[in-house]
This record gives sequence, structure tokens and C-alpha cells, in this order.
Amino acid sequence: MDTFDKGSGPTHGKPFQVALLGNPNTGKTTLFNALSGLRHRTGNYPGVTVEVRKGALKASFNGTDHDIDLLDLPGTYSLAARSPDELLAVDVVTGCFGESSRPDALVCMADASNLERSLYLFSQAVELGVPVVLALSMVDLAAKQGIKVDTRKLSEQLGLAVIAVNATKGTGLRELKAAIIEAALGKVAPNAQMLPEAVKSTQAELAKAWNCHPGFVLRALVDEGGEAEKRLTAQKGATAVAELQAARQKLTTQHQIALPVLEPRCRYPWIRKQVAGTVERSQNNQKGFTEKADRWLVHPFYGTGIFLLIMLFFFQAIFVLAKPVMEWLGELTDGLASWLGGQLGPGPFNSLVCEGVIPGVGAVLVFLPQILILFAFMGVLEDCGYMARAAFLMDRLMARCGLSGKAFIPLLSSLGCAVPGILSTRVIENRRDRLAAIVVAPLMSCSARLPVYVLLTGAFLSQTWWLPGLTLFGLYMIGFVVAPLVAWTLKSTLLAGEKPIFMLEMPPFRVPAVKVVARRMVEAAWEFLARAGTLILASMVVVWALLHYPSTTPDGKYWPEVIEESKGEDRLVLLEQWKSNTILARVSRSLDPLWAPVGWDWRIGAAALASFPAREVVVASLGIVFGQDPEWEETAVGDESEKRLASRLQEAKRADGSRLFTIPTALSLLVFVALCCQCVSTLAVMARETRSWKWPAFTFAYMTTLAYLGAILVFQVGTMLEGWIRP
Amino acid sequence: MTSQQPPFAVEKSLDKWPLQIQGEIVSVEGTDSVACRLLEMGILEGEPIRILGYAPLGDPMEIRLRDFQLSLRLSEAQRVTVRTAPLPVD
Repeated sequence: MDTFDKGSGPTHGKPFQVALLGNPNTGKTTLFNALSGLRHRTGNYPGVTVEVRKGALKASFNGTDHDIDLLDLPGTYSLAARSPDELLAVDVVTGCFGESSRPDALVCMADASNLERSLYLFSQAVELGVPVVLALSMVDLAAKQGIKVDTRKLSEQLGLAVIAVNATKGTGLRELKAAIIEAALGKVAPNAQMLPEAVKSTQAELAKAWNCHPGFVLRALVDEGGEAEKRLTAQKGATAVAELQAARQKLTTQHQIALPVLEPRCRYPWIRKQVAGTVERSQNNQKGFTEKADRWLVHPFYGTGIFLLIMLFFFQAIFVLAKPVMEWLGELTDGLASWLGGQLGPGPFNSLVCEGVIPGVGAVLVFLPQILILFAFMGVLEDCGYMARAAFLMDRLMARCGLSGKAFIPLLSSLGCAVPGILSTRVIENRRDRLAAIVVAPLMSCSARLPVYVLLTGAFLSQTWWLPGLTLFGLYMIGFVVAPLVAWTLKSTLLAGEKPIFMLEMPPFRVPAVKVVARRMVEAAWEFLARAGTLILASMVVVWALLHYPSTTPDGKYWPEVIEESKGEDRLVLLEQWKSNTILARVSRSLDPLWAPVGWDWRIGAAALASFPAREVVVASLGIVFGQDPEWEETAVGDESEKRLASRLQEAKRADGSRLFTIPTALSLLVFVALCCQCVSTLAVMARETRSWKWPAFTFAYMTTLAYLGAILVFQVGTMLEGWIRP
Repeated sequence: MTSQQPPFAVEKSLDKWPLQIQGEIVSVEGTDSVACRLLEMGILEGEPIRILGYAPLGDPMEIRLRDFQLSLRLSEAQRVTVRTAPLPVD
């Protein structure tokens, strides 16, 4: 659409480097997606938890095509950096980011309905000596609120291109791209004077002395104790620090005002002057809608009630809406397994497919509907503006355990799956707060734990009608209690530091864009399917092999055939003979001293070991170890297969003939599964989001330790209690 | 919801005002990063402001200024002194 002569190729040798800046909630990401389509990748940058996405696009100007490399910066209100994450924006605009050079142009995104505030970042950008284009979003929303911005007049006042864009509808994109090229070719930086002359000259002097970008120097000079100053100290040493202190001292005495708070007090009057006469306001009843809605939605009483109702609906929908699809998917995999079992001749391959791959991957795939619903809800709540209200309502409660109010939704969505939960912690700007939320997210009982909970609770803890529900509730409570405790411990030790500022913009309510929500759902589904297709598949193949080989009896026959030929109860004895000699069983048996305190035998230990890559594997592994061949009881269908495994577990005996699973044993396994970090993809996402292996390693260590200690506690106390009750 | 707008100008820190009060920011205290963040968000001397509400347990609070709504904790709001005035806030 942007060009008629697409084949002509670029005329400019190198693509233009363009950075996209803007406040959070201005529709920056939507604009980036609209401009770059699906052709973007994430830039890796050590030490920060935010990502910079890079997109390639073509733009046409004056009949020729140009290539643009567009860098999408994390949303920010100011270039003043107080954490490595925030310094990233400064690095990109000054050309210190990774392999990319100084940008040829900047695109600044501003919200037309909130023009003055969103021009603050713009006012910092125009001083960087790089051409700037101002993209104005939310023009429709502003019009509904009775705010009309005259873009032509604003453009004249500012002396640069101002383009109104609507990324969802696709309007203004072509004009914006042309304006970017024009600015980049023109190489004319805006000329704006906001800060006092003395500050400007000091900035220039220091830039020359240190051979640094003036933009970086300004940050080091103005943000006392900020990240730029820290970097300068690390790179240039004590002399630079002394020069910096002297320069600050001089400016402070000259202007009678502390430097850091001078900047906003200079910029806002400038903004007001530029905007004057370009914004027209009319009375409009739409104006107060958000405010009126907020009277109810953030009301201490009604607001909390509405919030609880929304959350209840959220979870109910995840379970109820997903159930039929999940059942259908479950039947499909069962059907596929038995059909393929018939098609393939007997042998190791048949066993691999029908006992390993299909049940393993199938057990994961059934959660796809839940993931889709979870992300649809998250997308809608976020895009309509409710998410900020939820964070507002929960902030005090979360602050007590050292977390931000914004951590509530990530933790809640970790009840579905910790992977999207960890991804959604991106809304937390403070690094320490975000790390605390990431590290405790896997403690929330995710949906992959549910099959284990249901199986063991059903088999061993349903003597009375209220016991299963209570057990399930208790297992979920473990997460709700332990996660805040761990967060609190972390925030008072490893992640201790000054309390971050909680300032959250409450965006106006609007109808969520279908495109935005759909995109989030598709991205989540792909990530999930890729995981099922790679990690779970691979780990099921490995687990199956470790529990299948050696597969020959001492006299050289194939075990499955021997079992097939035998009749009746013999089969279970033979199965145990076979399985107890397989590789994983040998490993597990050698770890017997480890299992004794928690009351397990090698079989439970093997299942627990096997499920470290993905906890979904635990039920399938129990099935392999305890024998769950559908051919044995042909009448069993659907839910029966679970009951079949349950009865096998109930009948399982120890070497001395006593029951393997007592209530304390079952509970210790349940507690272990509840607390343990048996999920490689969670750890991988954690590594990606924190850009280090330190945090996943820490999480794995502390969760495994907690799980093991918890299991010991439950088993020992449980056995003691059992002794008192039934001496 | 009734406004408890006092009939004459009163100065108090932002966290001490009841609901629906409107006024004007008189000062933002301090030169540290908290003060900087407040100023950067446009909480500046002379700006009209209105208190929209408090979360359960009384913290954080929601305010309206310029053309947007913002929530902040009382510990930060304490820095801001507001003088009530009988002028309307957008």
C-alpha cells in the first residue's frame, strides 16, 4: 500500500536507524506493530529486564524507497534514568545501544487527549541533536472528550512534522513514514531552548571534556544519584565525578535551585507555550466518563466488590468455558493413541508413541483453551484500562509483602501458567519489584499441577465428602501463603532497597481493540504450542526411554510380550520386575536415602525425577511405572483411565507387603508438587526476562529445597499423627 | 457524593484531604528522585488538582490533574501541598 514500485529496492545504502519513544499507554506498541508488521525481533541487551524490539520497514518518499530499522523503546515518562532498564532509552537515543549507531531520526509518540504531560518526554527528545517527528495518537478519544488539537498549527509552532496516527485503523501511517524519511534526509535537528544557558554551556563543556554524547552528559548532570551518574563513575573514574560535583555546585549557587527539580520546572512552561493556541476545548458530556466510572470502580467498598466479581468470573470462565474443548481434546488424544496403537505393530515404537508421546503431549495440549481464554481476558482488561484499577485496589495489600500492586495480576495469571504470569510482570517498572514478582510467580499453583492434585486427592483423600475440596483448597493456599512470604524475605534481603515510587497512570476507559487482544492470544498460543511440540515432546521421549530400557528379560525375551502372554495378577508382578530394572528406576533406587524421609519408594521418586523438565509428565510417568495399559481393561473409557491409575496406586505395595501410599505419603507428594519448580519453560522464560541464568538458578534451588523440606515436614508430622490416631 | 469544599482557601498536604476536594498545587517538597518523579508527571506548582478517591485501606489515592488521572501512594502525596480554591478542574 505504501508504494507502487516495490521492486525498486532501497536507494539509501544503509537503512535509516529510527527510534520510537513514548509514554506508556499511548499506543506505542500498536503503532510499532502496525509499522513493522510481523517482521520484528527482540534485541538482546545484558543487564536489563526490558526488551527493545527491532522492526524493518520500507517507506516511500518523493518516489523513492528507503529502508528503516525501527527500534521500539520501553514506554517511559522521562529520560531521567534511575535503573539500568530506564537508561536503555538514553542509550538508544544517544547511540550507545548494542551494535546500532546513533539514530537518524526519533519518532515521539504523544497522546492528544493528554498532550501537555505526554510532551514532557518529547521536550527532552528535541534537545538530542537528532531530527524528531511527533506522532499524535488518541485523536479520536480526545475529540470525544472535547479536546481538539490543531496538528498543523502545532507543527508550525514546533518547527517539525506532527502527524496524527491511528495505528488500529491504519490511518496516518503512510504520512508518518514519509515524514520520518524527510526528517532523516534533512538531518535538521529541532532548535529548542528550555534549560537556562548556564546549564547548556556546562553540558557542552563536560561533553567535550569527557568525549561523551551531550544527551548522556545532561542526564549525568541533572539526575543526582541516577543511573547515568553511576555509569559515568564506573567508566570515567574519580576525576569525572569531581568535575561533575563541581559543575553541580556552581549551577546550584548560580541559580538558587537544586538541579534535579529545575528540569521539569523549565520544561513544562515551554510545553505550555508551544501548545498554547493549538488545543481547543469544548464542553462535552463524554469528558467525565472515566472519572464517573472510577467513582464506582475504585471505591473502597463497591470497587473491591466489582473487582472480586470480575476475578471470580475470570477464573470461572477459564474452567467452565475451557472444559468442553478440553474434554474433546482429551478424547481426541485418547482416540489417537488407541488408533495408532492398533495400526503400529507391537514393539518399542508402539510403546513410545502410545505410552510416551501422545499422553505426554496430549496432557499439555488440553490446556491450550485455558491459555487462550486467559490471554483474551488479560488483553481485554488491559486494553480497556481496568488493569490499572486492579493494581490500584490491590497495592496496599501487595505492598505489605514487599510487592507492587502491579504484581497482583501476574501472580493471579500464574494460577493458569507461570509463563504468561512472568511475561506480564513487564508492567512493573521497578527492577527489584519485578524480580520479586518473577521469582515467586512459579509458587502459585498452575493448571499443570491440577491433574496430579486431582489424581492423588481422588485416590487417597476422599474418605469423606468434604475432604477432597478441603485438600484442593489447602494445596492452592500453599502458593498464596508461601509466595508472599518468599517475596517479603527477598525484599528484605537480596532485593532490599529504597521503596520504589508507585505512580500509576489511570488510563481512560475505552473499548478494547479486537486486533490488539487477538494478537496477544495468537502470540501466547504459538509460544505454548512451540513448548508442547519441543520441550514436552522431548522430555516424554526421554522419560519413556529411561523407563523402557533395558526392555529384555534375563532370558532375552521382550518384556511387553512376556507381560502380554501372562494372565491375571502375575502381570503387575512382572511389570514391577521389568520397570525396577530400567535406567531411571536404577537411578531412583540409588537415591533411596533421599526418598526415605518423605515416605516414597523408587517408583514415586522416579516419577518425581522424571517430571523435573515439565510437571505435566508426573501423571504420565506414574502411569508408565504403575502400569496403565488400556488393553488390560478394555471396558474402561474417558474418566475411567484416571480411576484405573488411581486404583493401581491404591493397590501398590512396598517390598514388605505394606501399602505404598498412606495418607502422609500422598500428602508429601502433593506438597512436593505444589512447591517444586518442575518446569523448564518457566526457568527459560525467567532467564529470558531477567537476561541472566542467576535468577532461574536461584528459583530452582529455593523451590526444590522448600518442596523437599515441606514434603519431609508433612510426611513426618503426618506419620506421627497417624500413629496417635491408630496406635 | 457530596463535596466538602471549604469556602475559603486552606493549605494542607495532598494526603490529608478528603474526597472530591479541588484545589491548586502550592509546592512540591524535596530535591530527591521522588520529587523529580512527581514533577515529571506534571505535579507542578500552580496546577489545578482534584482528589478522586482512596483505595481500600486508605492507600494509594487517585487524583486528577491536567488531562489525566494518576494514582500515587500517600507517602509520595505527602510531598505535595494543595490549597483549596473554588475553581473547577477539568
